Amino acid sequence: MAHSGINIIFEGANFARLMGGLWVTIRVALISIAIGGVLGILLGVLRTFHNRLLRFVLRLYLEFFRIIPTVALLFLFYYILPKDMHLNLPAEEVAVIVFTLWMAAEASDIVRGALESVPQHQIESGLAIGLSRNQLYRFVLVPQSIKLMMPALINLVTRIIKTTSLLLMISVLDVINVGQQIIEANQQQYPQGAFWIYGAIFFLYFIICYPFSLLAKRLQRNK
Amino acid sequence: MSWSVIVQSLPMFQKGFILTLQMSALGILGAIILGLVCSLSQYFKVPVLKRIVGIYIELSRNTPLLIQLFFIYYGLPGLGLKFSAYVCGIIGLVFLGGSYMAEGFTGGFDGIAKSQIESGLALGLSTAQLTRYVIFPQGFALSVPALAANIIFLIKETSIFTVIAIPELTNTALDLIGMYYKTNEYLLVLIIGYAIILIPLSILLTWLERRIRYGAFGH
Amino acid sequence: MADELLRVENLNKAYGDQPVLHDINFEVNTGEVLVLLGPSGSGKSTLIRCLNGLEPYQSGDIYFKGDHVTPSSKNWQKLRQKIGMVFQSYDLFPNLKIMDNITLGPIKVQKQAKNVAEKEALALLDSVDLADYAQKYPRELSGGQKQRIAIVRALALHPEFMLFDEVTASLDPEMVRGVLEIMLDLAKQKMTMIVVTHEMNFAHQIANQVLFLEEGRILESTPGAQFFTDPKTDRAKEFLQSMDF
Repeated sequence: MAHSGINIIFEGANFARLMGGLWVTIRVALISIAIGGVLGILLGVLRTFHNRLLRFVLRLYLEFFRIIPTVALLFLFYYILPKDMHLNLPAEEVAVIVFTLWMAAEASDIVRGALESVPQHQIESGLAIGLSRNQLYRFVLVPQSIKLMMPALINLVTRIIKTTSLLLMISVLDVINVGQQIIEANQQQYPQGAFWIYGAIFFLYFIICYPFSLLAKRLQRNK
Repeated sequence: MSWSVIVQSLPMFQKGFILTLQMSALGILGAIILGLVCSLSQYFKVPVLKRIVGIYIELSRNTPLLIQLFFIYYGLPGLGLKFSAYVCGIIGLVFLGGSYMAEGFTGGFDGIAKSQIESGLALGLSTAQLTRYVIFPQGFALSVPALAANIIFLIKETSIFTVIAIPELTNTALDLIGMYYKTNEYLLVLIIGYAIILIPLSILLTWLERRIRYGAFGH
Repeated sequence: MADELLRVENLNKAYGDQPVLHDINFEVNTGEVLVLLGPSGSGKSTLIRCLNGLEPYQSGDIYFKGDHVTPSSKNWQKLRQKIGMVFQSYDLFPNLKIMDNITLGPIKVQKQAKNVAEKEALALLDSVDLADYAQKYPRELSGGQKQRIAIVRALALHPEFMLFDEVTASLDPEMVRGVLEIMLDLAKQKMTMIVVTHEMNFAHQIANQVLFLEEGRILESTPGAQFFTDPKTDRAKEFLQSMDF
């Protein structure tokens, strides 16, 4: 019966292996969020400048990452980097590159939106007291827009974490991949292993993402 | 890059393309209906149902579609619930999309000016009449931008159907790559396939957003 | 003695532990115009909103034509078609044409036939010189025109009395007169009205009775003619001075 099947999670080293897989998942997410976040803020600031070529190129970059499903992006980099650029990276690093570039693209749009929604008169009164462009960003625009961009940025973080589930597809040994192996290895003893293992991974993702969602909602309300 | 490889693969991609469109359409329709029901039950604070909807929305929004699909496709048969991959894909997309659509509708309903609702009440309208003539038309118009973004998001999510071997666009490309190793060609067709769906659709949705907004609010 | 239309007894209201209305008592007779005056934040708007159930109150009783009003949402919904209300922000429904804004209540709430309701709506529109606008959307009208439509929308339900909550406060000065003239006309036709306003000359012209409120209490209740020349309390005198009256 299914209810005894829960033991599959704790059988042998299974739990430790799942946690090991989860760590791979989290590591990819963390690195991508950190590097992609910083890159995204820089690109977001650049997108508020009036240089048309710069705006066009950055917009194109954003739309490219927006239109193509992440699965396709992963395979694009996974196949094309070694084949056409002779860059043989482990799958995990390919994933970090894709998620970083994707995070940067989406974050840049959030940052741009927040910067542009600071009222014009704030900019004008900053300029009126003689602030330089750098000072204007540092003392007026960035502090005022941070509040506006935080909920969306946090939601983006949960999106990145959820999208790490795709690591499986380029054979990274993430939590889902480990889960699959456990299910197959225990097929005889636990025919309903899939229910418990995938159920457990479902809740692991939930436990990681839910606090971020709560935080984003709270910030949204206090805006 | 070989054009003959691309041309030869087109009939297969066409099938995948149509399947992506079909499943997206069904899933999105289901998600909109589920989302509307969820959102209304929260807006009108329906006892019990409101709670269940709250839990569902958090579960759905904070877990990836891939694991939702694995659970439905591989896990549920353990409880005696067995569906075809196609049905699982639709269930997964509706389960995921329902919560996004619900939040989109809720954003719209919450955006209605309180004074609009009061002036409806002051005319003696019942809750049902108020919903029909004031809350729904205005709330819907306000939620269109969020719904449009969700539609695009859900179409892209159908690419994950490949993990349960549904032969949609992405699965077609990966299959062909596995068989013939022509990665550049097949990935190009794959990306163009999504672009053909998503670029015109996002232009259409932006145009629709403006029209609906103007129809309801005049600006 | 005229018939009593509305009586309020010992009404109290608080937001949390912040009291906003204290022990309010007054009555209005059929055909009478009652004007609520007082500094902003004195509770006038809250009081007027209690009178058609848009604001719940913690204690006290409201009697309509001598019958006690049970404060349930179902009961208020029935009563509201007898109580017309016009708001500061006019709040026409932007998704409906002017004609549909006006006939929504008569057709859906009072189940009037469409052609009857529309015929009457046209007559009402004509009386405020806006018959040409029946098939337009609210966005095509000026603020003053929208407010006149909002009054017509309330009148179309044949209310037994009308509540006006600072209806000219967000209008440009040149739009104000048209709206006030409609209200003066209604007073002439003996419509019972409760009016919150900051237009002192208008209040003087229209008020049979004035309630002067401050910090949620009625400081005085005085006939209109007397209030503006010889109010009973010093606070009311100061208030009239501050309003340049």
